[in-house]
Amino acid sequence: MTTPCSDDLVIAGEVLSSRLFLGTGGLPQVALVAPILAAARPAVVTVSIRRTSSVAEGGLLAALRDAGVRLLPNTAGCLSAREAVITAELAREALETNWVKLEVIGDERSLLPDVVELLDAAAELVRRGFTVLPYSTDDPVIARRLVDAGCAAVMPLGSPIGSGLGVLNPHAIEAVRAAVDVPVVLDAGVGTASDAALAMELGCDAVLAATAVTRADDPVAMARALRLGVDAGRIARQAGRIPRQATARASSPVAGRIG
Amino acid sequence: MTITHNGEALALEARATVADLLVLRFDDPRPHGIAVAVNGEVAPRGEWAGWMLVEGDVIDVVTAVQGG
Repeated sequence: MTTPCSDDLVIAGEVLSSRLFLGTGGLPQVALVAPILAAARPAVVTVSIRRTSSVAEGGLLAALRDAGVRLLPNTAGCLSAREAVITAELAREALETNWVKLEVIGDERSLLPDVVELLDAAAELVRRGFTVLPYSTDDPVIARRLVDAGCAAVMPLGSPIGSGLGVLNPHAIEAVRAAVDVPVVLDAGVGTASDAALAMELGCDAVLAATAVTRADDPVAMARALRLGVDAGRIARQAGRIPRQATARASSPVAGRIG
Repeated sequence: MTITHNGEALALEARATVADLLVLRFDDPRPHGIAVAVNGEVAPRGEWAGWMLVEGDVIDVVTAVQGG
């Protein structure tokens, strides 16, 4: 393991190489994996777990393995804690990682988290030795409950999955950040680079983007834009922005004017 | 005997193992990057060769696919 620098992102004791998490959902072709990864330089790449009947379907996994990225399996589509727990167990077996992005959705229309089932699943998976990164609502109370249950990070949504609406409630994201002492990864809703930058300016430790990249007109260029957005937002957060005020404040000297 | 594989009925010879099913479907008794559930419980990779299936078993074989 490399020695952590003061600004490294660390989750469950693991030093991650960047603050951008990349989802592969919606990827138009496996051939894009390598150039997208080169442009995004993500810390982790998420995948889903689904039935398979032939080895030919394994093209994505092979491409990701070739790239040497850390895989983060998700439990996307699970509607109950029971279903999410078995999916996580299968992911651990298939991919040899005990990290899981835990998703338990309440219904297939909104895709919003069912936080009651989510909390149950998180507690059970922590008990079974998983490193749990739960996708949750942008609610500081549920974030704290997830951390109390042993989650290694929290992943509040910026807006609904795949919506591209960005961070709809920046104050809630700031409240989540203030409520917990684990990394906060903004998940869901990122549509473009400014969304990622805003999330980082609000104090998030990382940003996950999937369809913002995979469904962009130019996925490779958007991957690079998101990486730069994350970096810009992180640096701006650390730089300390000026307070907002309703009135003007001259930046040029008042003294020495002609006339 | 008949089992259910990924939601579909499948006829297998009596005393077939998880590994036999994988050979049938993947030409490989230990394909890379997959996991197997038998009746909703994980069948660990190390037990596939000796895990004998019985009539009515429900088997799911999964792998990583694209997802967010």
